[in-house]
Amino acid sequence: MSAHAKTISLTVNGTRVEASVPPRQHLGDFLRERELLTGTHLGCEHGVCGACTILIDGEPARSCITYAVACDGRSVTTVEGLDDDPLAAELREAFSAEHGLQCGFCTPGMLVAARDVVLRRPDADNPAIRTAMSGNLCRCTGYVGIVNAIRRVIDARNTNAG
Amino acid sequence: MKAVDFDYAQPATLDAALELLAREDVMVRPVAGSQSLGPMLNLRLAQPELLVDITRIAELRTIRQEGDRLVIGACVTHARLEDGDYPDVTRGVLPSVAAVIAYRAVRNRGTIGGSLAHADPAADWVNVLTALGADVVIAGPGGRRSVPMTDFILGVFETALQPGEIVAEIQVPALSDRARWGYYKVCRKTGEFSHATGAVLVDPARGVQRCVAGATSGKPVVIDGPALFADGCTEAALAAHLDGSPAADDPIALRTHTVALKRAIAQVMS
Repeated sequence: MSAHAKTISLTVNGTRVEASVPPRQHLGDFLRERELLTGTHLGCEHGVCGACTILIDGEPARSCITYAVACDGRSVTTVEGLDDDPLAAELREAFSAEHGLQCGFCTPGMLVAARDVVLRRPDADNPAIRTAMSGNLCRCTGYVGIVNAIRRVIDARNTNAG
Repeated sequence: MKAVDFDYAQPATLDAALELLAREDVMVRPVAGSQSLGPMLNLRLAQPELLVDITRIAELRTIRQEGDRLVIGACVTHARLEDGDYPDVTRGVLPSVAAVIAYRAVRNRGTIGGSLAHADPAADWVNVLTALGADVVIAGPGGRRSVPMTDFILGVFETALQPGEIVAEIQVPALSDRARWGYYKVCRKTGEFSHATGAVLVDPARGVQRCVAGATSGKPVVIDGPALFADGCTEAALAAHLDGSPAADDPIALRTHTVALKRAIAQVMS
């Protein structure tokens, strides 16, 4: 443990957590190694691949270039915390139906980012979905299945709303 | 990848932050959203002994209008500028440009002041705020001073910030009703760093006709006046203005920069 360890208090998937963290520990390592929430995947660890995308106060963020110590007082939601989220459930179903994943490494980040796209951009056409999802890399699918999955959820929601 | 074992402080006031930043016994660096410094820390390109997180300082997170200027706190995020909960005096420049910075997950935390202080030549605000003629207000141990963008960015990752100083706010002048602007980045992939950036502002009421060639591997190149508009922005004309810039030495870079500026100019002319 670092001589510089700080005590932080935050909410992780709805549960209050107090922890002593070395300031250099990024949020992704904190979630995986201390909270054992291994659904958050670490790819590039410098903010490029998007695999580690989680929610901080409801907004997507890269957990690899956000330090745990900076999240004192915040509410963090990982892919595990979206188990009972209705929109995340629709997305999981659609990703499966549309072959939006193969190896699954990028999927936790994809689901968090896709959820944000559906909420923020209900009018998005396919090019807009591609642009909005371009911060998340997938090396298996070629993205077609991922775009189709998000398309499916947006269309279903718009049909139900209409 | 692990950053070096740095210490960390999260002061609540600007005075407290400046006091920490003035320390000479440790190597200290300010940090805002950590979307540029974070990668550098993880890759150990930056190895500070103390990080001073300035994002909890309320006055650095405000946006206000002062006369004909919009004053944006250094810790305002790109996402907030994209979403537009403020009087946009720039006729769409701020939200449109903010929307094409990296990716939403990065925009939610990355800040306008952090981007300027980092001073990557390919960064959007570095070039756009130069085209807009913005001023950077710097806070330091000696008080505040205001520096025009053209004097703030000195080179690659190099700014007018002195030790102990931080960007406090950015003052953006209002555009007139007839102002038109263009912005084009040559990127290999959406959200990636630009290889050539063209930013153009034409504001007849204020006598502004400005082209900025950015991502030149040096400071932004400002070309004031009608020259490039009149001749259709040829490679030869641009090369004359880029003289001395790293971009002028490489024919491929020159071609790329010409394309970026030409397309930005076309947006103004259309």
